[in-house]
Amino acid sequence: MKVLVPVKRVIDYNVKVRVKADSSGVDLANVKMSMNPFDEISVEEAVRLKEKGKASEVVVVSIGPAQASETIRTALAMGADRGILVKTEGEVEPLAVAKILKAICEAEKPGLAILGKQAIDDDSNQTGQMLAALLGWAQGTFAHNLELDETSATIEREIDGGLQTVKVKLPAVMTTDLRLNEPRYASLPNIMKAKKKPIDEKTAADYGVDTTPRLKVLKVTEPPKRQAGIKVKTAAELVEKLKNEAGVI
Amino acid sequence: MAALVIAEHTNTALKDATAKTVTAASQLGGPVHVLVAGQGCAAAAEEARKLSGVETVLVADSPLYAKMLAEPMEALLLSLADKYDALLAPATTNGKNYMPRVAAKLDVPQISEILAVEGPNTFRRPIYAGNAIQTIEAPSGKKVITVRTTGFKAADGGGSAALQQVPAAADPGLSSFVNEELSKSDRPELTAAKIIISGGRGMQSGDNFHLLDRIADKLHAAVGASRAAVDAGFVPNDYQVGQTGKVVAPELYIAVGISGAIQHLAGMKDSKVIAAINKDEEAPIFQVADYGLVADLFKAVPEFEEALTKAGY
Repeated sequence: MKVLVPVKRVIDYNVKVRVKADSSGVDLANVKMSMNPFDEISVEEAVRLKEKGKASEVVVVSIGPAQASETIRTALAMGADRGILVKTEGEVEPLAVAKILKAICEAEKPGLAILGKQAIDDDSNQTGQMLAALLGWAQGTFAHNLELDETSATIEREIDGGLQTVKVKLPAVMTTDLRLNEPRYASLPNIMKAKKKPIDEKTAADYGVDTTPRLKVLKVTEPPKRQAGIKVKTAAELVEKLKNEAGVI
Repeated sequence: MAALVIAEHTNTALKDATAKTVTAASQLGGPVHVLVAGQGCAAAAEEARKLSGVETVLVADSPLYAKMLAEPMEALLLSLADKYDALLAPATTNGKNYMPRVAAKLDVPQISEILAVEGPNTFRRPIYAGNAIQTIEAPSGKKVITVRTTGFKAADGGGSAALQQVPAAADPGLSSFVNEELSKSDRPELTAAKIIISGGRGMQSGDNFHLLDRIADKLHAAVGASRAAVDAGFVPNDYQVGQTGKVVAPELYIAVGISGAIQHLAGMKDSKVIAAINKDEEAPIFQVADYGLVADLFKAVPEFEEALTKAGY
């Protein structure tokens, strides 16, 4: 079966985020951008399925600016087969992303779509679930383990109280959590090979999707800052302060 | 503007997250209804009736909702959505699972993890792991919202809402529950605890978490962990506090052997008081801690326990 993996280009995990002085957003000028970490886990899982002979082809999709092709190349270097870049300008909300992905799923007919559970920029945690709903498919979100057979997927999920296992009919959507796998680093030969793999270029209009944002961002501000407090010298002093000064124990 | 809150519960009891989501819903300014979807969930529904500000509690009692799987929950919520201007669920792993499906089918954007209601259409929510706060205005019309419960006080008791049974929606037949492995603990849940003691990579092993357990027992605290400690296999995933784990805001958060990566801080920096024990005085956790103790945790934690005992805990 074919596996579809959408990937998002986001601010690198290690970059310290700065809010713009005019409160219009976060400063992304000259900031290192990378693949969303959860999406790396998705690519890794799809490539492993291919290596185990369970997936026939891994197709990577990115929706974003022209530079998102670099994000696709990263996935191709990890072992995905080909890419689709849907060029857009500005912010694209999860619902519009899901609509574009729905159209791509209808054309590509994957047995499984694997998405990161959330992107570390907008922290929405919506796209996979929305895609599943629009397609009328089942979903296994926050995946911790996957077992795949011809007609169903058994997905162990990270939930608030522990772990839950669900069985879903294929085709389905899975969203990945942190401990599903550890993504590989692409080797140099694979990075070279990835340069020759095809990337198809599209626009949102090709899929008939309007990407105009529906939510209006009024402002973006820094969270309230905490001040560093005091250092205590002993554990006994800590107990004393927590009890008598802070009154929290 | 009527709002429907989807309850988080264990069938036999209502979770605190529900009462907090009711508060957020009340701030929208219209009547608030609560939906308790479950199997044998009469006791949870009875608790929901007592929440102040709730007008009606809807009960959908069916095996279909025993585990609140996303696909049947979507069908149920769509069958009820016509009557409401807003649907709100706590941003638990359940709420995050089914709510985006409902939003997509209603063709509205979901507003995720709101921290505050600023007006009927205006909300604040965290982005970039809480390193920035976005104020957004939603179009008028139906709203689908998940609520970060640390941003809202729990609704009081003392209410007496009407009870109304609602029929189950058709079974989409797409998914089935296989099993669950839930952590068993007599301690409070992380998201409801007044005191949390968390361990990080510095704990060095899962066995060493017993040092924290003993303090948790004295203080009736919950035990949490950083991502590093979970990834290292010291403790199960449901211990994780942070951007992608649980977001907590207890009265007291004690961080032990946790350096304070931004992803961890995102999950606990709204705690009222933060205490940190770490041998590295440069650790970023000290920049947010009200009380810092620079010390080897293997010496300091037993001393902390002893000092608690002396103080009568």
